[in-house]
This record gives sequence, structure tokens and C-alpha cells, in this order.
Amino acid sequence: MTLAEAVVATDPSGAATAASGPDAADTFPKMLFEHARIRPERPAMREKGYGIWQSWNWAQVAGEIEALAGGLKTLGFARGDKLAIIGDNRPLLYWAIAAAQALGGVPVPMYQDSIADEMAYVLDHAEIRFAIVEDQEQVDKLVLVKERCPLLETVIFCDSRGLRHYAQPYLHACDALRETGRVFARAQPGFFGDEIARGHGADTAIILYTSGTTGRPKGVVLSFDNLIATARAAIDFEGLSDREEVLAYLPMAWIGEHVFSYVQAYCAGFCVSCPESPATALADLRELGPSYLFAPPRIFENILTQVMIRMEDAAWVKRRLFQYFLGVAKRIGPALLDRRPAGWRDRALYWLGNLLVYGPLKNALGMTRVRVAYTAGEAIGPDLFLFYRSLGINLKQLYGMTESSVFLCIQKDGQVKPDTVGVPIPGVEIRVADNGELSFRSPGAFQSYYKNKEATEDAKTPDGWVYTGDAGFFDADGQLTIVDRARDVGRLSGGALFAPKFIENKLKFFPYIKEAVAFGDSRDFVTAFINIDLDAAANWAERRGLAYASYQELAANESVYDLVEGCIAQVNRDFAAEPSLAASQIHRFLILHKELDADDGELTRTRKVRRGTVAERYAALVGALYSGAHFGHIETEVTFEDGRTGIMRADLAIRDVGTAPVRHAEEVA
Amino acid sequence: MPDPTTRKPIGETILDADAISLAFGGIQALNGVSLAIRRHEILAIIGPNGAGKTSLLNVINGFYHPQRGALTWKGVPRRRMRPHEAAALGISRTFQNVALFRGMTTLDNIMTGRLTRMRRNLLWQAIHIGPAEKEELEHRRYVERIIDFLEIEAIRKVPVGQLAYGLQKRVELARALAMEPELLLLDEPMAGMNVEEKEDMCRFILDVNDEFGTTIALIEHDMGVVMDISDRVAVLDYGRKIADGPPDTVRADPAVIAAYLGVER
Repeated sequence: MTLAEAVVATDPSGAATAASGPDAADTFPKMLFEHARIRPERPAMREKGYGIWQSWNWAQVAGEIEALAGGLKTLGFARGDKLAIIGDNRPLLYWAIAAAQALGGVPVPMYQDSIADEMAYVLDHAEIRFAIVEDQEQVDKLVLVKERCPLLETVIFCDSRGLRHYAQPYLHACDALRETGRVFARAQPGFFGDEIARGHGADTAIILYTSGTTGRPKGVVLSFDNLIATARAAIDFEGLSDREEVLAYLPMAWIGEHVFSYVQAYCAGFCVSCPESPATALADLRELGPSYLFAPPRIFENILTQVMIRMEDAAWVKRRLFQYFLGVAKRIGPALLDRRPAGWRDRALYWLGNLLVYGPLKNALGMTRVRVAYTAGEAIGPDLFLFYRSLGINLKQLYGMTESSVFLCIQKDGQVKPDTVGVPIPGVEIRVADNGELSFRSPGAFQSYYKNKEATEDAKTPDGWVYTGDAGFFDADGQLTIVDRARDVGRLSGGALFAPKFIENKLKFFPYIKEAVAFGDSRDFVTAFINIDLDAAANWAERRGLAYASYQELAANESVYDLVEGCIAQVNRDFAAEPSLAASQIHRFLILHKELDADDGELTRTRKVRRGTVAERYAALVGALYSGAHFGHIETEVTFEDGRTGIMRADLAIRDVGTAPVRHAEEVA
Repeated sequence: MPDPTTRKPIGETILDADAISLAFGGIQALNGVSLAIRRHEILAIIGPNGAGKTSLLNVINGFYHPQRGALTWKGVPRRRMRPHEAAALGISRTFQNVALFRGMTTLDNIMTGRLTRMRRNLLWQAIHIGPAEKEELEHRRYVERIIDFLEIEAIRKVPVGQLAYGLQKRVELARALAMEPELLLLDEPMAGMNVEEKEDMCRFILDVNDEFGTTIALIEHDMGVVMDISDRVAVLDYGRKIADGPPDTVRADPAVIAAYLGVER
């Protein structure tokens, strides 16, 4: 076998010493070699295909990557070339990342749901010559933008379905390419190993374009050293091993996904599984039972919403049981997870709850085996966070960003507070500026923004400090709390602090509220836009026999307004109990007639609200919220899934909400 | 865009209906309709309500037996052919109103499409060991390919009755495909669907024709769809065929325009 020969060629001693193991390798292709040598039979990758989990061990994966690299080489892929990677999580696409790196090229994963225009920008900006894509949907987009991207030469597709008659000479089927690659590898057995040996830790490993809540995306350049140093620090921090199970289901273009399903998998040698399709991810999660799980808050929110909907439909006895034991869990679960003392009576009750409710629920969610689960990417509501911890799921927050190769802070086991993101991991320094803005210095700090010197200099000082744009502070225990984006934190005209994301997260904990946008900076009081959650609200409406024909109609329904008003009044009561937040009570709100959508630029591709865009598009509605009017009229341009656009008109009702009286400290006492 | 140079060429006539007449009491549903369906083509049958489109499909797959006229399948005359015989010959269909087993899962529904191809008898299957088990595994493998093809993995284990209408239509297509038909009859595959679901369905129909080389005859009311995906269009009106040809020709045919819009007399 060519690979075996190559292993010998690069490692003449043939001894598996610590100095030559994966721990010493400074690039991922080198690690691949080591895994193929040390644990050739261990599963490295799985994918559910035709209803069955198919798996590849490390030796097979190394062979596949060698074949891909050979194929790319025969197409003219050279050192320094960029390879765009577009599609859902598929083993082939992960292998393409390694293949490009093995050849000294740079993979550039892109968001698979981007519209053609967004892709054209990245293709052009990153000077991409080669692209490997999942299927016809992505090929169509590239064919569409090909003329505008003269550098793009070759498009490789994995799934040939529907593409048989595409006559474009630059299209290549991946299966045929791998075959060519195998022939190439047999003809030049030493090539793959030699190319890999030429790579070094300081080389660029990947360029990730951040979706960014403002402006054009920026290409974050990360070196192998950046990624590997950070990933290893986090692996040590959590004690991860090659026995972890991970499900790769988040967009490949997202740094979090890249680090968890690629970087850490190579560093620790664990197996990564790809779901059958995006729609089956939650079912696949359950089958797989991962031990290491990563999800942005919205996923945990979705799961909780699903659970709550199903419990509302459950029989009376089950519902009572669920509610009772959820109460028990809330009271003592987090303490037990942190190994703090608890009375024997509580322990017994929790044990019973685990038998009757938490255990089966965790099993249904696929979280029975979770040792470490992270949430990151956005702040998570404390109630949402504690719900999972109370069930005994070790959900923790971490703080990081693309520019830091993810990990800056992680909550330590046993020291998890819902409102902090934990302590800096070894190697990371964080400092807080006077205005609250955080900056960091770490081995994972990015190299630069690709071809954007100005932005790089704005973000990174010559001595290596990187500005995060986030505002936060350290508490007495040295744990970091993130308040908001530094530029989003404002003040009400009365002088009280206004942290919109904090308010929105409070609102979003209610299952009926999918998205919220709070306004209040330099205003007299706080107001909010609400997006209802169609699944939850539709279920609620169905149980009440409410008739509606569309999202728009349901959103405008009087009873739905009542429902949301109830949620907001609850938030107001909570805020009133906290003197520092009392001024943030929501005085007026409206329910938007459409869901905020990334295609309309209202959300980023990772589904974060673009506050500026929303405020601009719906300026008339914001005006109405502060004018005392009871209606707001709006015309918006919407983009349909097929790319066409249309105008949507609506008159939206505006509701006033009662605010709760502020309880002053002395009254509380 | 399909490239005509590489697509499987439209071949010989596989089904020939010659001067079919069918009457229910006093109503003449079909009146001397002749229609040839050629291998690998996508043929659309259109016409106003009550023109006899569904009756024609029912004659083709043996639901109805015409009073006059002859049906020839691959050169062999078929007289009084029954639906299960048609199915065994390689003619499968979907229905205007979804006709699935609502309490059964998607997977089980599609598996029923394999029944005509099961070799072992009921007893063997009940015992479910050895050859019977092996055979079922092979059928399941085939069904899984269809599930993958039509992208319905997520609903594999969901009872069909709980699915949205558009998905039920897709399951019905899957079941028809499970029979490995040579000729697939689709009765209004896109009725009641929204634009996005229609686009998906169009893509699936084209892909089926393309990947499996299946000949397709479909009834459809959406003219945009018909003009986009069909190679040939046959138009029925009051039980007679008034036009038959490429979409563009048919669209411009005065008799067709008259049938759809009415004429000034």
C-alpha cells in the first residue's frame, strides 16, 4: 500500500515514540499519518447513508485523502492554491480539507446556504481556483457566478445526481477524481508523504470567512499552530481522549464546527459522525449518543421548545410528573452536577426523578452519554442553560471567536455559574479596557484578515493583542461575564444601562418567542419587536381552535398578542426585582409579520440578529413604537427561497405592556 | 438545462393506445383516442376538467377496460389487462388523491411497492428466516436508495397520515418507483402544492426520467410545469384528442387555445 510506504519514508526509525506521535505533528496531514499508523483500525469517520451508519477507520480515511489529493494534483492544484468547500457535513468534504492541506493548499469552507452573490464575493476575494461542492444545488450557484469569478477554474461535485447532462468542461465528478487519484498514488507512491512533509505549523491552515454582523465578510487566516495549540489546550482542560463521539452537523464554514469536528478530532484522534441529512440531525444525534457535544444556544432552545410542545400534548399524569420533577431538578440538579453537598432526601428525590423523567428525557434527546457539552456563539439565557444542567447534562459555556481559534474561556467543571463564560484557558491572557471592551492575547490569535491590512491593524495591535468588540468584566472568582457587543451596549435617556441582547435572551426563553429585537438606546424606555415561533405558536393555536392561514395571520392574531404580552409581563416582573435592570422593562411591543431571515440580510448566516439592518428596514415601525400610535404600517422587500423578491405590506398592532413597580433594596429587605 | 446530446434518446413506442373508446352509461369519457407513448420520454396529458385524462390513465393501467380500441404494450396486444398485471409488466402509477396507507410509516408504504417483486410466498415471509430474510434485505436496500433519491430520510419512520400533503405525494411517487417501472403514470403529481414543492417535484420527475430512464406520462394542470418539463404534450377535450406534439407547437395550436379559452362563434 502506497500510504504504508510513505509512512516508512517519512519515519525511517519506524518507532512509535512520543516525539513522533500525533502530539508532535505540527500539521493535520502529519497527524493523519500518525493516526493511520497508531490506531489504523479505530473509526475516524462515520456517515449515515441509506439508513445505516457507514464507517471508515483511520487507515481508510488516510487512503481516501491520499486519493483525493492525487486527484486534485492531476487537475493542477498547486501549493498555495485555495480550495472552496461548500456543502452539508459530508466525510468527503472533510477529507477535501485534509487533502488541500496535504498539498500545501488552503481550504476555504463556505456557508452552503449562501446565495450565489455572497459566494461570488468570497470566491473572488479569496482568489479561489478550485471548489469542491456537495451537489447540484451548489453546482448551479457556481455555474451562475462563474463568469464573474474568472479565477475559478475547476468545480468538483460529490453527488452526481441531476448533473449527468451538465456539459461544462470545468465540472468534475469526485468519484472519477478519486479513481484518478488512486492511479496517481500508485504511480508516484512517495508523492503524498513528501508533500505532507513540506508543510509546517506556521503555514496557513485555513481561511474562514466570518459572516459578520456588519459589512462584507472578512477572511480570517489561521495557521496550523494557531489551531493546534488552542485545540490541545482545550483537550487538556477537559481531558478528552480518542474515545469521544462527536456529531458534525453545524455549517462547515463556522469556526466552532471546524475546531470540534476537524481540528480536535485530529488532535485527539476521535471519531466524527455526519448525519444522514440536515433534517435528520436530531434523530441521528439520538442514535449516536455523542459524548462531546457542541451547539449554539438556538439549537438548545429548539430542543427545549420541542420538548415543551410534546409535553403539552402529553397525558395529564405525564405532564404532572414532568412538571414536578423538573421543579426538583431545578432546585438540586445544578448543585449535584457541581458536586456540592445536598441532603439525602433531595438526593433520593433526584434519583427517583432520574429514573422516571430525566433519564428517559436525556435518552430521547441523545444526551445520555454527554460528558462535555458546550454552548457558544451567542449568550445563552440562564434559564435555558440551567434547564440542561439540572437534568445532569454537563452543559458549559465557552467564550471564543473565529479570531481566537475558538477557545478563550471555558467554564471549569464544578465552578459553573450561569451568567459567566468561565476562566481563560492556559495560554490565554485577557484584559478589560475602561469602556469594558475585552482584548486577548493567545497562541490561537489569528494571523490576519485575508487581503485586508486595514481591518487587521484595527483588530490586532503590533504586540499581539486582539480586540474582541465584546464588553464584559471579571468577577471576584476570576470568571468572565460577557455583557453584549461593546458597540451595542447603550444607555437609556434616563442614564440606566441598556443591554439589548440580555433583554432579548430573556424573551427568547419563552417557547413562543423565536426572535426578539430590543430598542432603547438614547430613548426614554425599552420597546421590542417579537418574532413568534411558528411551531410552538401553531401548536398553541391548534389546541385553542384558532384558525389561521399563514404565519402573517397567526402573528397578527389578537390571542397571540395576549400570549406574548403575558410573556413580556413576566420578564418585566423579573427585571423589576433587579434594581440594575428595572429600567430595562419593556413598555411597548409589536409582533413582526414575517420571520427575520438571513436571505433578507436581517440575520447573519449563523442566525444572529443584524440589529442595524433591522432598525433600518423597519424604521417606520420603530418610529411607531415611540410615537404612541397603536398601529405601524410597513412595506418590506422579501427574498423567497428561489431568490426572487417581492414586496410584503402589513399593518401591525402595537401593544402597551404594564410595567411592574420597582422593588427597592430596602423593601426587599 | 438538460443537454439533448447526452440524454437517453427517445426511442420506440412502448405503449400504443389505438382508437380507445370508453363510455359510462351515456357519458362518452373517451372517444376514439389514439396515443403512443415512447421510451424515455416525458409525455404530458392536458385538457380541461372532464376531458378524459384520468380515464385514459385508468385504461392504460387496466383500471378500466375500453369498449372499443386496442392497447399494445411493447408490441404485445393487451386485452382486458388487470391493474396487477399492468404492475407486473412494469406500469406503475400515482393517484390524483393520495392513495397511501395512512397508518403505516413512509418506509412500510414504499416497501409495499416491492410486493410484486417478492419471490417468496406469504408463509416464507411470515417465518422470515434464510432466503426470505435475505430477500427482504435486498428490497430494503433498493427502497433506501429511493428514499435517498427523493430526500425523504427524515420521514422514514413517520406514519404517512401525519405528513404534509406535498410530502405524501412524494411518498406516493417513491412507492411507484419501488416497483422499478418502465412506464410511470402520474396523475396530477403537483396538485395542491406550493411553488417550492412544485419545483422540488419537477426536479424529481426530471431526475427519475434521467437517472432511471423511466418513461413518464403525467397529467398536470399547471401549464408552466407542463411546458418546462415535458418532451411532448397531448391535449384531450371532451374525450377526444385534439392535439399532440412538442410543447411549443401545442401551445400555439388554435384548437387547444379554443378548448381552454372558448371560441367566439
